[in-house]
Amino acid sequence: MERHFERDLNELKERVLWMGSLAERAVHQAIHAVLDADASQAEKVLQEESALNELQVEIDDRVVQLLALQQLMAADLRFVLAVSRINNDLERIGDQAVNIAQSALRILRHPRVKPYVDLPRMSELAEGMVRDSLNALVRGNIELARSVLVRDDQVDALRDQIFRELLSYMMGDSAVVFQAFELILVAKNLERVADHSTNIAEDVIYIVAGHDVRHSGVERHK
Amino acid sequence: MSMRTLSRKIVNVVMLTLTGVCAVFTVSVLFLILGYLVYNGGKSLSWEFFTRLPAPVGESGGGMANAIVGSAKLLFLAALLGVPVGLLGGLYLAEFGGRTVPFVVRYMADLLNGVPSIVIGILAYAVIVLRARHFSTWAGGVALGFMMIPIVLRSTEEFLRAVPRSMREGAMALGASKWRMIVSVVIPAASRGIVTAVLLALARVAGETAPLLFTAFGNRFWSPGWSQPTASLPVMIYTYAVGPYEDWHQQAWAAGLVLLGLVLVTNITVRLIVLRGASAQRS
Amino acid sequence: MSNAAAPQGAPAPGVPENAVTNSTTKPLEASTPVPLRMQVRNLDFFYGKVQALHKINLDIAGNRVTALIGPSGCGKSTLLRTLNRMCETVRHTRLEGEIRLDGEDILAQDVTRLRRRVGMVFQRPNPFPKSIFENVAYGLRINGIPANRPGGLAEAVEHSLRRAALWDEVKDQLHKSAYALSGGQQQRLCIARALAVDPEVLLLDEPCSALDPVNTAKIEELLFDLKSNCTLVIVTHNMQQAARVSDSTAFLLNGELVEFTPTPQMFTTPADARTEAYITGRFG
Repeated sequence: MERHFERDLNELKERVLWMGSLAERAVHQAIHAVLDADASQAEKVLQEESALNELQVEIDDRVVQLLALQQLMAADLRFVLAVSRINNDLERIGDQAVNIAQSALRILRHPRVKPYVDLPRMSELAEGMVRDSLNALVRGNIELARSVLVRDDQVDALRDQIFRELLSYMMGDSAVVFQAFELILVAKNLERVADHSTNIAEDVIYIVAGHDVRHSGVERHK
Repeated sequence: MSMRTLSRKIVNVVMLTLTGVCAVFTVSVLFLILGYLVYNGGKSLSWEFFTRLPAPVGESGGGMANAIVGSAKLLFLAALLGVPVGLLGGLYLAEFGGRTVPFVVRYMADLLNGVPSIVIGILAYAVIVLRARHFSTWAGGVALGFMMIPIVLRSTEEFLRAVPRSMREGAMALGASKWRMIVSVVIPAASRGIVTAVLLALARVAGETAPLLFTAFGNRFWSPGWSQPTASLPVMIYTYAVGPYEDWHQQAWAAGLVLLGLVLVTNITVRLIVLRGASAQRS
Repeated sequence: MSNAAAPQGAPAPGVPENAVTNSTTKPLEASTPVPLRMQVRNLDFFYGKVQALHKINLDIAGNRVTALIGPSGCGKSTLLRTLNRMCETVRHTRLEGEIRLDGEDILAQDVTRLRRRVGMVFQRPNPFPKSIFENVAYGLRINGIPANRPGGLAEAVEHSLRRAALWDEVKDQLHKSAYALSGGQQQRLCIARALAVDPEVLLLDEPCSALDPVNTAKIEELLFDLKSNCTLVIVTHNMQQAARVSDSTAFLLNGELVEFTPTPQMFTTPADARTEAYITGRFG
């Protein structure tokens, strides 16, 4: 039997996915502002930040209302609770994109330090993780969600590599310290984006399977 | 086992036995009556009994056709008086009125119910028979009708009250006026019970003898119309049972059997109506 | 909000498939003002010497569901029954104040005419001991409606049974006794019976309290569909039901109207401490 609150749940899902698409686009534009030295992309990211924040507030309101007015159970309950967390992760991804865009604008004023090799690879991975975690949410696909979790280690490894490389550059030539430092920040922000995507993937697993896979070392209450 | 426990047990057994014996005794009285009637009356039941007039005194044979028809006419009159008055009175008590008037009416009806039937007969005698200077069928019918009124009235009231308030509210909430609600919902809902009450009242007055003794009186022939005395089954039983002829005694038994048969059939019909109603309700 | 709701241009590369990019989701706040169907002003109600309702002021919005909640004995059923003057069926009651339906004072109107416009469904299903068809047709017959209705009684009965989501289950047994139906079906029959006369307002007095969860859910879904051309007022002792189905909720306590707000607000941030105590289950 179809219930009226299903319509509200579907609307909530739509809004979250819309927010996800905005966040993903923001990351893409921000990182390409760095890689292509394109100021206009960075500007776009900064303009659209408010839209993301408004969406976060709206989704939180919807969540509160759904929880107060409907006695959601089982998968519906897990969905709404997880959406509340995903909401926050998406907003943080948006924030990281803004940080990257701001770094891009600052880097632009200086010549390039070195050809970017690891950074594009890292950004491709991170963007892929964002996209796949949202796809996993749309399709309720646990395998896709797990594949996101696996890639987090690769992203961390790439970040460490970029750190070492840039550090050695800075130690070698003090003139490039400013750009190199900003690039380190960009790498850090990308790594945070990947972490948030991992959180989203964990939430998807929670929604679909009911398992809380965060912090595997922690004991669960039975 | 202590003395107290033992005495308790003894008392228990004694009382159980006593109550059981009384129950059996009650039932056996009924079976005794039935048995006597069936044995003695069955012998004399014949086509002649139902179709022939009583034979002249001293002759054998004949039947009680006029008594059967007479009883039927009397019951018809009784119903004509008792049913409408009782129904509408019961309706009034159940649906209208405040505190005092219904209380008084109810009390009066109960009193009337308790008045000995012969007293009612005297009243009908004084009011109708003496005025007209002759016995009549309709005096008997009126007397029986008076006896029916309180039975029908109280039963109607009970069955109408038994219709749940929720049903009345349902009708009123749809915009039915009070009278409309009563007619279209309450009375149909109580109809089964009311019909059974009327039937039982009829069965009850069918056997009343005392009031008929000086209203309808009796008649050895047909009684055309309503203003002549008429024979009736109970009075015939009385006349024949204490008469000197053996033939008459036989016919009295037969008449008794017929009367009892009437009562039994009515009761069974009532049961069937109630059962059919209950199962329709449950299904 | 407009940026979030109606984006321009094609979706960015990498946007997850099936994501709705041109969302038509409306904002959460209500926008258009709603006409008032019934108004209660300074209503006092007495059972003999006992005052059951104190100075009630309430607006019932048209085509919406208004819920009355509160602990036992708070007066919510009493208030509901004043709206179609069913309170008058009890002796020694007195009503002071004003109740208006579409601006007209209901106390001045003919009560049977009022009850055709304001119908009622009761706590326990109370079908008449008639057939299913006759039950639904009853209201039409006593109000003399078939005379001016094209298609006649049968069509009107079918229409009502459809509105009550019962037609498919009973269409082949319209002449069976109403008592042959299950409890949930009987209650829907009572709803169909009340709807048959096309009331402007439908009052429901704890309509699901005698029903199991599945039948309760069916009737709750029905209420959503009914409100498009009817105004609904529901009394319920089940707060969660009020939260699920109503647009506005009124909380009554000891015969007083403590709070009357839109439902989302009532159950997330009630204004009065007593309301909060009741809703969080800390009452009493």
